[in-house]
Amino acid sequence: MAEYSAFSLLKNALTGNKDWKPAWRKPNPKASYDVIVIGGGGHGLSTAYYLAKEHGITNVAVLEKGWLGSGNVGRNTTAVRSNYLLPANTRFYEHSMKLWENLSHDLNYNVMFSQRGCLNLAHTPAQFDEFARRGNAMRHLGVDAELMTTAEIARLVPALDVSATARFPIVGGLMQRRAGTARHDAVAWGYARGADRRGVDIIENCEVTGFLRDGDRISGVTTSRGEVRASKVAVAVAGSTGQVMRLAGIDTMPIESHVLQAFVTESLKPFINTVLTFGMGHFYMSQSDKGGLVYGGDLDGYNSYAQRGSLPVVDEVMSEMLALFPGLARVRMLRNWGGVCDMSMDGSPIITTGPLRGMYLNCGWCYGGFKATPASGWCFAWTIAKDEPHDINAPFTLDRFHRGLVIDDKGQGAMPRLH
Amino acid sequence: MLITCPYCGPRDVIEFTYQGDGNRERPQPASQDLDAWNAYVYDRLNPAGDHNEIWQHSGGCRAHLRVVRNTLTHEISSVAFTRGHHKVAARHKAEGKI
Repeated sequence: MAEYSAFSLLKNALTGNKDWKPAWRKPNPKASYDVIVIGGGGHGLSTAYYLAKEHGITNVAVLEKGWLGSGNVGRNTTAVRSNYLLPANTRFYEHSMKLWENLSHDLNYNVMFSQRGCLNLAHTPAQFDEFARRGNAMRHLGVDAELMTTAEIARLVPALDVSATARFPIVGGLMQRRAGTARHDAVAWGYARGADRRGVDIIENCEVTGFLRDGDRISGVTTSRGEVRASKVAVAVAGSTGQVMRLAGIDTMPIESHVLQAFVTESLKPFINTVLTFGMGHFYMSQSDKGGLVYGGDLDGYNSYAQRGSLPVVDEVMSEMLALFPGLARVRMLRNWGGVCDMSMDGSPIITTGPLRGMYLNCGWCYGGFKATPASGWCFAWTIAKDEPHDINAPFTLDRFHRGLVIDDKGQGAMPRLH
Repeated sequence: MLITCPYCGPRDVIEFTYQGDGNRERPQPASQDLDAWNAYVYDRLNPAGDHNEIWQHSGGCRAHLRVVRNTLTHEISSVAFTRGHHKVAARHKAEGKI
């Protein structure tokens, strides 16, 4: 019997809910493991899960500086999509989409994956042409995409201002029906429980303070809870990548850390049943199952490790929201917060062996890391287990920048604040 | 966040355009040292703490400024012109304009 099922719910309800086990243990770190994963966020936890499930490597520790899922996995706006232009990105994110589609069953944990679609709005004929091109590129690689007219969009999202007098009139949109949202905390907890049940030690409040070396090989880490050795040390620390790599003696990376804000309004009745993005700025919105509108915009725009944002961006995001939905002017915003994003120089991630012997690196997620969580862990686990990348993550090397092989979906160049 | 432009005085951050890491050194235009060019374009120190960075006062005097700002607290410890402008600023200060 699955640990979580209708039957187990009923059984525990009748017995006073006394027999539930914690979703994961709180072990003390052992002296050594086969693999150490630094970072107990979505990507670190999914890496540990797939190491155990796909490769049979269960003597694994996940070291987390704070509490589990305290970083970006709990701070994002929960959108999941695979609507990219370049083949390397499309293949990777579509692999992730396929893992999402079966994730609740695979984890026996309801991640509330809801394929409500993702609609990119076009506001000029040229932008609509560009969306047609991207849609065709997606369909060419087997990903669903369809163009929508303004009339179809008005039927799907009745609250949207589709009038010709809108500040930026809508001329059409690109829809990916299989895209959607998932409950972000459940993703972290589901992967954590899945990894824990297979023998992985998830160690919270354990900050890595340095790397141990054996000759030129990384052989473990020093932590706030003592030394831990392993022949393979994997780094999946998102916004803290520069700081952790500096502990290993690597001073520069093709990464800048920037803060991205997110917002939630008070709960409303069903208002929007898709993930919507604005084409004349940077704005995206969906509605949570609880009813709050979840939305965000652009980075604050300068290097930051502060997990909070500045007011000019709040102002900008609200004005973008009102340009699309004038009717939301009097809705109250309940909460806003910030997360530190590891912005890479081409907007695409890095999942690779090295750069030091015995080390493996997963970073550069910009603000698209949540939807990548399953495929990131799946590919990273493969790379760690086999000491070489899978075909799907082979393009996402660290040395691609110096070799002229960048994967720049937006064509912005090496300007992290613009990706 | 306020940035104190040495020419215009304290102004809101929305008047400024961020131009990124000020530690990078651009090779001479004729240089064929690919490693140096790649490092200039792609590699960043990305410190958690004081960061030496370039801003342009694009909504004001348009001067390029070298700013030292803490990336954890956003405290700014120094602002200076990247080059030139010093004499103009000194004159304006003497005339009591700033």
